Amino acid sequence: MKRNVPAGASALVWLVLVVGPLYFMVAASLRSRADYLSSSPLKPPDHPTLDNYRTVLTGGFGGYLLNNVIVTVATVAIVVLLGVPAAYAIVRSPSKLVQRGFTLLLAGLAIPAQATIIPVYLLITRLNLYDSLTAIILPTAAFALPVATLVLTNSLRDVPKELYEAQTIDGAGAFGVLRYLVLPLAKPAIVTVVVYTALNAWNGFLFPLVLTQSDSTRVLTLGLWNFQGQFGTNVPALLAAVTLSVLPIFVVYLIGRRYLLSGLTAGFGK
Amino acid sequence: MRQRPSFWYAAPAFAFFALFAALPMVLVVLLSFTSWDGLGTPQPNGVDNWARLADDGQAYDAVGRTVILMVVSWLVQTPISLLIGVWAAGRQRSRAVLSSIFFLPLLLSTAAIALLWKAMFDPNFGVTQSFGGPLGDIQFLGDPSIVLYTVAFVITWQYVPFHTLLYQGAARAIPRNLYEAATIDGAGRLRQFVHITLPQLRYTIITSSILMIVGSLTTFDTVLILTDGGGPGTASRIAPLHMYITGFSGFEMGYASTMAVLLVIVGTALSLLVMRVTGYRSMTSQQEGA
Repeated sequence: MKRNVPAGASALVWLVLVVGPLYFMVAASLRSRADYLSSSPLKPPDHPTLDNYRTVLTGGFGGYLLNNVIVTVATVAIVVLLGVPAAYAIVRSPSKLVQRGFTLLLAGLAIPAQATIIPVYLLITRLNLYDSLTAIILPTAAFALPVATLVLTNSLRDVPKELYEAQTIDGAGAFGVLRYLVLPLAKPAIVTVVVYTALNAWNGFLFPLVLTQSDSTRVLTLGLWNFQGQFGTNVPALLAAVTLSVLPIFVVYLIGRRYLLSGLTAGFGK
Repeated sequence: MRQRPSFWYAAPAFAFFALFAALPMVLVVLLSFTSWDGLGTPQPNGVDNWARLADDGQAYDAVGRTVILMVVSWLVQTPISLLIGVWAAGRQRSRAVLSSIFFLPLLLSTAAIALLWKAMFDPNFGVTQSFGGPLGDIQFLGDPSIVLYTVAFVITWQYVPFHTLLYQGAARAIPRNLYEAATIDGAGRLRQFVHITLPQLRYTIITSSILMIVGSLTTFDTVLILTDGGGPGTASRIAPLHMYITGFSGFEMGYASTMAVLLVIVGTALSLLVMRVTGYRSMTSQQEGA
């Protein structure tokens, strides 16, 4: 195959653009404040220190991380528990109502969450949920449902009708089919949905910003923003917090790279 | 025993979605005809908000900035992700390794990315400073005439990996025999790209473009953090940020809802326009026939 010079060159430039900032982030997080202010930001630190990480970890980082884990796990649980039976019904139910509901759900793909933030705030305050983790979880899950259901439905549509029918002849009821046929077959799609939903919930910013207030309900993204005010010009500490916030998801990435990639592009490919 | 799932298997999902996503969509339209400070009860005020929006210069400016951001990010992101995506679709091992590095920015939250680049662009201790020369003199976040392009750059950094993935996947699905036939006919690399790759990727280009348009219309946290809320002055106060500030800092939730409805209308219209102009429908049927 012939070489593709322009594309290869831009790929190289892009590589520098990606790796450069990430290197700067880690290098700066290992510098003392004085070192950061005096030396070139691109040189490796002469005397690497973990002090910044200590500052961040004693500054409430653990609490924000825990909140983030709770929000992410709960959101994923809701989306999977509601989405899988829904997708099964959309593919197999004779009910016309189900198809109409699916159309409504698909229309939701086009709704930008930002545009509904004011009524969501109204709803959450009226439900007396303001400033709780539940307040973040409910709308986050609701806005993740359309994509999740679409991905699950597409995967269940590929299952041959005969498989469902064979199970039914064997005497399985609707729930039996869900339990012993749908769940195992939908496994790859469920993994995709888990990854996609988890990433969105993990990185959520607007819902937490508008629907919570106190330090005890603060999630990681808002925590980072908060550190910016707290540390003032202590950039190395701030960058240590940023680095720490990337670590959990980086570990997940190393373990499940394949799933993560399929999860990220799900619903948008051909 | 029932042999097929009933409506009730889907009902919880529909009800949940209806309450926390569909109902707010209806409510935002209703709220756009009220005045509400965020605490008391919304009071109907007819079309006042809409009349106000019609000659609100600040809102027009905010929409104008959004359009600039949208056009610039589309123009920059599309060729880069197309080029790298097609390149990375090759099966060589080096490309697989490289593309997994390209993908790293997707792991960072928007908040993390905005804070990282804010430090990089710092006028005193940032990386751009250490290069010195003309680059060191540019106030990337402090100059009102530059700041929007800086935002577009950071958005590009964050999202090019995602669009590259889309193009990479689509480019791998192009049948190899199309290229083989073209090579036999004596077509060079460039002609193959223009006459085979681009047409085959049309569907992906549209998907990716629509995602970029909707994304630009809803960009919020990047700008809020990177520019300290739309600064300097209001030079980077784009429409969603303007809506947020009007509603949650100015306590004019009714009027902010009007802006939100406008954003949805503009976004939907633009997406439909892209589909119409590029002949989305005829193309899907072409794909099925292929």
